[in-house]
Amino acid sequence: MQNIEEIVRSRLLDPYGIDDMDLQTMLGQVVSNGIEMGDIYFQSAEAESWTLEDGQVKKSSYSSRQGVGFRSIIGEQTGLAYSESFEKESLMTAAKAASSIAKAGKSETLPISKRDFGKPYYLADNPILSIDDQCKIDMLNRLDEKVRSLDSRVKEVIASLAGAHGTVLILNQDGRLATDIRPMVRLSLSVIAEDNGRIERGTSGGGGRMTYDFMDDDQLGQYAKEAVDQALINLEADEAPAGEMTVVLGSGWPGVLIHEAIGHGLEGDFNRKKTSAFSGLMGEMVASPICTIVDDGTIEDARGSLNIDDEGNQTERTVLIENGKLCNYMQDNLNAKLMNTKSTGNGRRESYSAQTIPRMTNTFMLAGEHDQGEIIESVDKGLYAKNFGGGQVDITSGKFVFSASEAYLIEKGKLTKPVKGAMLIGDGPSALHQVSMVGNDLALDPGVGNCGKDGQTVPVNVGQPTMRIEKLTVGGTT
Amino acid sequence: MSQTEHIDIASNALSYAMKNGAEEASIKLSTGNGFSVVSQNQAIDLVEQFNDQSFSISVYIGKAIGSASTNDFSEDQIQTTIDKAMNLSRLTKKDDCNGLAEKELMATEIRDLELHQPSDLSINKAKEMALECEAAAFDANDLVVNSEGATVGSYESHSVYLNSHDFIGETQSTGHNISCVAIAEKEGQMEMDYDYSSTRGLDDLQDHVNIGRSAGNRAASNLGAKKLKTQKAPVLFSPRISKSLFSHFLNAISGTSLYRKSSFLLDKIDEKIFPSFVQIHENPHLKRGFASTYFDAEGVQTNPRELIQDGCLKGYLLSSYSARRLGLKTTANAGGHHNIKVEKSVDEGLDEIIKDMQSGFLVTGLIGSGVNIVNGDYSRGANGFWIDNGEIAYPVNEVTVAGNLAEMFSKIQKIGNDPETDGSVFCGSVLIDDLMIAGE
Repeated sequence: MQNIEEIVRSRLLDPYGIDDMDLQTMLGQVVSNGIEMGDIYFQSAEAESWTLEDGQVKKSSYSSRQGVGFRSIIGEQTGLAYSESFEKESLMTAAKAASSIAKAGKSETLPISKRDFGKPYYLADNPILSIDDQCKIDMLNRLDEKVRSLDSRVKEVIASLAGAHGTVLILNQDGRLATDIRPMVRLSLSVIAEDNGRIERGTSGGGGRMTYDFMDDDQLGQYAKEAVDQALINLEADEAPAGEMTVVLGSGWPGVLIHEAIGHGLEGDFNRKKTSAFSGLMGEMVASPICTIVDDGTIEDARGSLNIDDEGNQTERTVLIENGKLCNYMQDNLNAKLMNTKSTGNGRRESYSAQTIPRMTNTFMLAGEHDQGEIIESVDKGLYAKNFGGGQVDITSGKFVFSASEAYLIEKGKLTKPVKGAMLIGDGPSALHQVSMVGNDLALDPGVGNCGKDGQTVPVNVGQPTMRIEKLTVGGTT
Repeated sequence: MSQTEHIDIASNALSYAMKNGAEEASIKLSTGNGFSVVSQNQAIDLVEQFNDQSFSISVYIGKAIGSASTNDFSEDQIQTTIDKAMNLSRLTKKDDCNGLAEKELMATEIRDLELHQPSDLSINKAKEMALECEAAAFDANDLVVNSEGATVGSYESHSVYLNSHDFIGETQSTGHNISCVAIAEKEGQMEMDYDYSSTRGLDDLQDHVNIGRSAGNRAASNLGAKKLKTQKAPVLFSPRISKSLFSHFLNAISGTSLYRKSSFLLDKIDEKIFPSFVQIHENPHLKRGFASTYFDAEGVQTNPRELIQDGCLKGYLLSSYSARRLGLKTTANAGGHHNIKVEKSVDEGLDEIIKDMQSGFLVTGLIGSGVNIVNGDYSRGANGFWIDNGEIAYPVNEVTVAGNLAEMFSKIQKIGNDPETDGSVFCGSVLIDDLMIAGE
């Protein structure tokens, strides 16, 4: 088998006649006189999607995109430019534009070096080519049949299958070269059910850094059941309650709480700029002692995992909060340097055209000791939020929201009736002090999550075990 | 690359597709360039330069569609992309609703909508503006101690759309923007707020110093925010966010939501959705507008029209595909809605409405996407101010406002005369009676 670097070079450099001498010249420009840090980011990416609607796959699209990003940094100032053409002249123009933040001066030439990374966390296989196109269509058709056979109240099924394959080559200021090949697949299912004139939706899906192979019939059956169950439950749901109450969050997707309430606030840039509600809280208790939270980019095949981050640093498992105590931020090179610490492998960029900033990978709370049933039974009156959609946070005030898509009332330790989706709102630095029980059922979300920051979207995973929160505001209507 | 070259590449691509068996095809090719600079804590933090290009094609063979795109304009890559689209259209199932919009609907009247307002704004000048804008935020109030940055940017783009009905439409446009995010602090509590201006022409931008000052003042005014008791109360949406209510309306009357039965506004033509005083117009021909165009994304001629007349729904937002699905005619909304104007119902701005409403919740910020278009359920995180005796009493955060959009629309009491001038949905302050606020 060819090694990854050879494959990457054959895709990104060789077709354009770019050799190590050319890389040295470009790097010399990017880190010319007075520039302390910088990098060059070669990327190509292809993506496909197949959409089923009305019981048939009637839509498909394919895209390919490529470009080279150049970054020069002096102090806190970053210059960023890119070229979508791989012609050498165009690349040098972009390198000069990025480094124009520095006064003109002589450039130096650095030798190109390599670094060995350990075993990869995902395979380099291209999902788009891994199975025949007709197999992808058949897979969606089988899913449609499974969904429709579950209940006659199902009126619409929309399912899409997406695959992507990215190739990156990163050269940093020290002349160190790193490469990665990144596959991604995702299946999304949306079901509309109708009963007596009432219409509700249920959704499900999953994926990761894999090929389509893992989506076997069992897996498709699970997606079908999950979406249909959710739609049917929503058909029966009453108005959600309003006000402060005890809330039990389910395992998996509800970990969006961790992502919003804690995760963003612990990204290095916000803390270096002191704009986060968590600024200056290092070493302090920011959660109850039963909470330990990590960001782990090294989970095999997970959507948020990376072999190397977008600065060529190896990804890590970083303990953010240990037994309630804040112990680490997530860092990229720039913010780590300015804060006198080291990168945690969290430097990410949406593409060659975007700025590199500290981002989460797979962020979750570790398991505790309680059974899920035990946690629900412990609540006299409250809400059990089993599944969630997205969330958002105001980094500075620490206020965060996340929206339940499937929820039930808990009365005297039992789940009684389903209630409609509602927004839950809380305060990041204080919410996790309210965690009083943590389940033993840690799960990551099924692999469909995206995170948005500064207009850039990157794939992530969230996760947590079932958890009891003493007091959280539920934004229902009654 | 010149604009003539763009048209050449697109025309050659179209001929290649038609020669190779496409029955119909459409192509869009666009390029753009610009820059953005950020000042953070009175130093330039980021200088970013953009330079994008993209080519996309959709082909139809036997009423089946395939689409593909690339950002590599080499002849080889463009042909590979077209071949890929052709292959996909041979694999997907046919749909009788597929196809270009009808030939007779193609725009024939070319209009200059003044979207191209190039300026001589240099990166150095933009840096100065960003620094001054941010300085104004710090100067506005002693409590402003930090910032998420002041940004000044400018871009220019060109695109050409053509299809096998021999339609060619060109769009050349510019944009200028300035924004500032200020952070105020008191007794260890931080609050953030922002202001911005975004226009086609540099001359139309609001003064950068005013933007900074306003961001600073807003951030300071949010300090000391409290939670509200859970209650029902009148809620006033400030002009900065009231447009979001109408964006949900637009989403619910879009063709895709309708034919997928995923809208709480199914089959509501000529029915009353808002109180009788509500009028909503769509104007695709607004000069310098952000959603202005004389042809839609399928080349169809656009025209101004009424969406809501005396509270009743007069039209949907349809492309040729969603129109055929619904047995209707396209409304020239392939690619989305055009400029939307919600008429005022009273000659009052925010201050006068506050005076009149006595008590209630003025919402100036919303977070989270808790809106379900299928059933109209609405629940979002909110911050703003509590109004008492016709005056602002204190800032509020960490609460939600919730209701059902159908009901919320029918309970609109007032629409103010104070719309913001940015964006593509124009609407003044909106007062809604009796919404559920969840807090303590």
